[in-house]
Amino acid sequence: MPISLFGSGQKEKKPGLFDRLKQAVASTKAQLVERIEEIVEGKQTVDQSVLDDLEATLITADLGVKTTSEILAALRDQVSRQKLTEPRQVRTAIEQEIQRILENPAAGRANAPAPKPPPPGQPAVVFVVGVNGVGKTTSIAKLANHYLQQGRKPLLCAADTFRAAANEQIEIWAQRLAIEIIKQKSGADPAAVLFDALRAAKTRHHDVVIVDTAGRLHTKYNLMAELEKMCRIAAREIPGAPHEVLLVLDATTGQNGLAQAREFVEHAGATGIVLTKLDGTAKGGVVVAIARELGLPIQFVGIGEKLDDLLPFNPQEFVESLFES
Amino acid sequence: MFDTLQDRFQRVFKSLRVQGTLNEEVVDATLREVRLALLDADVNLNVVKALLERVRVKALGEEVRSSLSPGQEVVRIVRDELIDILGHEASLLTFSKDYPTVFLLVGLQGSGKTTTAGKLAMWLASRKRRPLLVSTDVYRPAAREQLAVIAKAIQVPCFAGEGMNVPIDLALAARKDAADRGHDVLIIDTAGRLHIDELLMQEVSDLRTRLRPSEVLLVADAMIGQDAVRSAQEFHERLGTTGVILTKLDGDARGGAALSIHYVTGQPIKFLGVGEKYDALEVFYPDRVVSRILGMGDILSLIEKAEEKIDKQKALEVHRKLQTDTFSLEDFRDQLRQVRQLGPMEQMLGMLPKVGIFKDASKARVDEKELTHIEAIIDSMTPQERRNHEIINGKRRKRIARGSGTSVQQVNQVLRQYFQMRKMMKSMSQGLLGKGLSRLKLPVGPGGVSA
Repeated sequence: MPISLFGSGQKEKKPGLFDRLKQAVASTKAQLVERIEEIVEGKQTVDQSVLDDLEATLITADLGVKTTSEILAALRDQVSRQKLTEPRQVRTAIEQEIQRILENPAAGRANAPAPKPPPPGQPAVVFVVGVNGVGKTTSIAKLANHYLQQGRKPLLCAADTFRAAANEQIEIWAQRLAIEIIKQKSGADPAAVLFDALRAAKTRHHDVVIVDTAGRLHTKYNLMAELEKMCRIAAREIPGAPHEVLLVLDATTGQNGLAQAREFVEHAGATGIVLTKLDGTAKGGVVVAIARELGLPIQFVGIGEKLDDLLPFNPQEFVESLFES
Repeated sequence: MFDTLQDRFQRVFKSLRVQGTLNEEVVDATLREVRLALLDADVNLNVVKALLERVRVKALGEEVRSSLSPGQEVVRIVRDELIDILGHEASLLTFSKDYPTVFLLVGLQGSGKTTTAGKLAMWLASRKRRPLLVSTDVYRPAAREQLAVIAKAIQVPCFAGEGMNVPIDLALAARKDAADRGHDVLIIDTAGRLHIDELLMQEVSDLRTRLRPSEVLLVADAMIGQDAVRSAQEFHERLGTTGVILTKLDGDARGGAALSIHYVTGQPIKFLGVGEKYDALEVFYPDRVVSRILGMGDILSLIEKAEEKIDKQKALEVHRKLQTDTFSLEDFRDQLRQVRQLGPMEQMLGMLPKVGIFKDASKARVDEKELTHIEAIIDSMTPQERRNHEIINGKRRKRIARGSGTSVQQVNQVLRQYFQMRKMMKSMSQGLLGKGLSRLKLPVGPGGVSA
């Protein structure tokens, strides 16, 4: 998959945000957009066999059966109304459909709450949640870096007291970033660590607290209840907290991502998604399915292992970087 | 495990079973549903196509049409084909003749390699092996500490390699250490990597050449999407992986990866990670997994688990006590403890076939804390009270509640549960040798499922 396909993608030194995003989605593009091109190549009409192939392509990109059927229904509709006659228009039609879904996440059965601003003079509390191994801690480091660059003063809260050496991992990041961290010993009550962190943030005048939580499978009822408890503690200390709850989602996750998002919205009031591991071979199609079904917007995408490999997400740019030739 | 897929299959097959005759229309409609269920479960598209084609040909064949219950036949065909796709036999670990045998764990970031290394070590240790652990993950912050902490928790030694930070050096030194100290297995945990990361792939490739591991095991997250197969294949081609360990199956992963990997790459799945505890590692048996997916339950695994953990002598004793009506609160507590040793209740309920009284068993939410309360309440009784529940009057109840930090209502409830259990167990232990036994047999095998 040569990078020269993306125009300015090979620019020397510091490539812009958009170029970096393009590089990150290169393999998604190869799997999705270029496949679409191959399918319509040399075809005269948009017939059933073309639609069947398109269906397979969208499903393989992890868009899921429901989202795929919705997109295909839209295509069929356009075909029957003679709006879509040339096979080479298919690519644009799909691009528009995906963009429409991503930009109007509320179009589905939206139930994700919106982020709230913290009360004046109080720190914003950001929970970072997700299943095991999606990259929560790394994302937190990147997120802290992002806030630092905005001139803010973040405080880390090591509330993953369960996993072996989780404290050490986040502490190393705190050292590298030269920011403060509140922790207790392994096995402590996460709610207690949170309480300490919020108190500390208020007295030491931090303006944002990033809370690391233990990875939990969304099906573990007790662990999800623990998360609810942490939300209650936070709200008691700082009105409206947690002001943001970011669900970290591994881009290689398939349709299970939907189930994860649903549970974390219900129990932890997730307000947005950090999509990690988008570099490499990830397909990230599940993002479209989540936007469609839950109205949970993507806030950041992780595209590498370096501290600045976290990009704010913009649906239009994302779709453009995928479809732009 | 596989619950969603299970539910959908149940619905599809329920309508199919009542069909007296099978025509193409019915079969196609059924297979359409099966296709959607599989795709929603992230089964690889090519695998779905191949599977359905094979099922379709067989389902419309002479054998099925002449069968008395064609619907049942189709369920059987789907079962057989699924087992075919998963590989028939359970695949075991290979050990080398020379000490120590080396197992290399590889995989993408966050798939669960480090935890799995610990689980595997524990699994081996409980089978009379003497494993040594070593982490060569010099990249992720605190990765080596993580393995060290796990090793300590499961009481398996871990090679620290202080001051070393080159993966190959660490691995070689650990192997020497293992040989010196008489460890027969060395488990090497590696850093997570993408299969397109040339540099890191070369690093494992070197590890493989220098250490000649008996097994190169790919650790893969069961929730992975359509990409599962491709990364598995690349790891196989590049590193010659010899098998797969699927992790995080205690979630509601629908098993798409499980169903796809073996078919496409020819790599056997060797183990399943099924929980947060370090003993939550199971050998992968294709036929049992298929039974679970099709809602037929996995009684075999449940029995094996029970045999491993439950004291036979005690079980016989309980049986005798039940029959003679001398089953005391003390025995009740023992029973409870033994059952809890089997693992989380929810997991065990998930192994039951989804028929009859067990139909919604896997959806029951068991609060493990409540079980702890019951234990505490019985612990707060005097030995006398435990042996003879009849002396527990109001005053004693109050004392027990205070002692266990619960309420009198809770104490009453435990006593009620004890009476109920006594009654139920008594009737069960009497019925077990009669018609009860045939009832237990029912769910095993495809013919027995009648919802």
